[in-house]
Amino acid sequence: MSSVQIRDVRKSFGNFEVLHGVSIPIEDGQFVVLVGPSGCGKSTLLRMLAGLENITSGTISIGDRVVNNVQPKERDIAMVFQNYALYPHMTVGENMGFSLKLRNASSDEINKRVKRAAEILALSPLLERYPRQLSGGQRQRVAMGRAIVRDPQVFLFDEPLSNLDAKLRVAMRTEIKELHQRLKTTTVYVTHDQIEAMTMADKIVVMHDGIVEQMGTPLELYDKPENQFVAGFIGSPAMNFLKGHVRANGVATFEGPNGVKLPLRSAPAASDGRPVVFGVRPEHFTIADDGAEAEIVVVEPTGSETQVFAKLGGEQVVAVFRERHQFNPGDKVRLKPDPSVVHLFDEATGKRLNT
Amino acid sequence: MADIAVAPRAKPQLREATAWEQLRHNRNWLGFWFMLPAMGFLIFFLAYPLGLGIWLSFTDTRIGRVGHFIATENYEWLWDDSIFWLSVFNTLLYTFVASALKFAIGLYLALLLNENMPFKAMLRAMVLIPFIVPTVLSALAFWWIFDSQFSIISWSLKHLGLISQNINFLGDTTWARICVIFANIWRGVPFVAITLLAGLQTVSPSLYEAATLDGASSWQRFRYITYPLLTPIIAVVMTFSVLFTFTDFQLIWAMTRGGPVNATHLMATLSYQRAIIAGQLGEGAAISSAMIPFLLAAIMISWFGLQRRKWQQGESND
Repeated sequence: MSSVQIRDVRKSFGNFEVLHGVSIPIEDGQFVVLVGPSGCGKSTLLRMLAGLENITSGTISIGDRVVNNVQPKERDIAMVFQNYALYPHMTVGENMGFSLKLRNASSDEINKRVKRAAEILALSPLLERYPRQLSGGQRQRVAMGRAIVRDPQVFLFDEPLSNLDAKLRVAMRTEIKELHQRLKTTTVYVTHDQIEAMTMADKIVVMHDGIVEQMGTPLELYDKPENQFVAGFIGSPAMNFLKGHVRANGVATFEGPNGVKLPLRSAPAASDGRPVVFGVRPEHFTIADDGAEAEIVVVEPTGSETQVFAKLGGEQVVAVFRERHQFNPGDKVRLKPDPSVVHLFDEATGKRLNT
Repeated sequence: MADIAVAPRAKPQLREATAWEQLRHNRNWLGFWFMLPAMGFLIFFLAYPLGLGIWLSFTDTRIGRVGHFIATENYEWLWDDSIFWLSVFNTLLYTFVASALKFAIGLYLALLLNENMPFKAMLRAMVLIPFIVPTVLSALAFWWIFDSQFSIISWSLKHLGLISQNINFLGDTTWARICVIFANIWRGVPFVAITLLAGLQTVSPSLYEAATLDGASSWQRFRYITYPLLTPIIAVVMTFSVLFTFTDFQLIWAMTRGGPVNATHLMATLSYQRAIIAGQLGEGAAISSAMIPFLLAAIMISWFGLQRRKWQQGESND
């Protein structure tokens, strides 16, 4: 186990820079999730950490050692690939023991460690099988087993669950988290799925277009997104955004499209008349007499909650209610956002304005 | 009531399908009809000539004269023919040396072309050139290259001061064998290289990345990943290569006609010489038929080599 320091790392392919100076401190034993839309550079960063891509500038260190010029095999890291990359001509046992075999470990030692990893992952009955004979979830576990056997300083996961069906993905999510709690190995996990990030991470790094938008614990990101991108990316269904102005005279208010007025707890300093983006999460709407009038468009009950799509000042917004209201399309309701948890962003820069 | 219940329902008259209708509509027969044209082709162009060849080998047919059945006399005659045995030896030597070298060079080229390098597409196209030049044309070119008087190799070596007189490439038995084998390799390498390259490209790059992280050196990546994953395609390509080399005719005929002193006579060229040039169709057919056991053996070896490996089997296809 080791800490990992990523300092001002840049990556260019030819003249095209994909990472524009990324710095991420990762503590020993932490589970860090790099999340962002495709093309944000998260996988590239992971591959640089693994040594599969060169580092254009900046440094990456594992433990106390700068690894920029260290061969992948000497970095003492193990990686789980999106397509698992299991060797098709080797049995499960051989797949898991391959790295030890390359290091000339004795066959006793290999057997012992493969057996232990197989027990951890409940793979013992499958050791003689070939990858083709396994289900998706089993292959995923073999890929993790191959990583565990090596007992590395750092585990790297590159979108490991994206080839699994929805139900299995949820199960494996828990399994990976449990495994981390048990082994306490520093882990860097790449995904584009914010739910995976929220549920598994000690620390989430939201990346976008080659920069880090925000780093923090899952709840920090949920409660205090630093900018509109993070606010929109974290949380499902996504946060609603309305463009408008702040009115600071008298009662602080947000004036939205078509005269919609929504209450604010307080106006940010010197913000009267400022063009802003008002953000409210679907779960922070309530039905109240002093709410803004909205017309219901679509109602989607899921059982545990009901998602309501409505027109608020001509803009479509989503609200989620745990109570069972009786709504029909075309109904007029009064939606009121909870002023203590609304977000204000600068319209031009997207930066968070309220504290 | 009871009457109604008991009375047999009036069945609609089901007419038994006639035999002809069954032949037209039965699925198994339908399959047979569709296979008929292909079967016709195979019988007419493959089975019939093969059968005729084998039949001729048991007769004393000559060009212009219908033969009589003479049982195995042709084979008995060949058994005591030292030139026939020389051609068998030549064929085996030619096939073995050329195939082995074609495999080695082809694999090397395939690995090279699979790397990322500038002008990759152009290099790949260039590798195919020997393959697209007509055999006789390239044989003629080699004939000049290895000419006893005008050979460019001899000329170059002489000007470099390495030799003082021309090498008699196609006039010396050892040199002649080396030259025809060289020409065959030159022609055959592209097929091996491009086919193996196709095989290499089916290997997922992430396997190499995984192996790199597992600590494999480039030799170990070849030894433990590339080679095992390539074995099925190696078996296919080498079977074809061996069959083509064993039955080679054009190259030898254009370059040496089997000479000098039969040193490069292959079974195919000897068969042609005896059957067509000398007119002894029966004897020539016997030489050709004598190739069948060797070819069958080669096919059997690859058949068992080609049996799907255990790791390729599985219930799910990904």
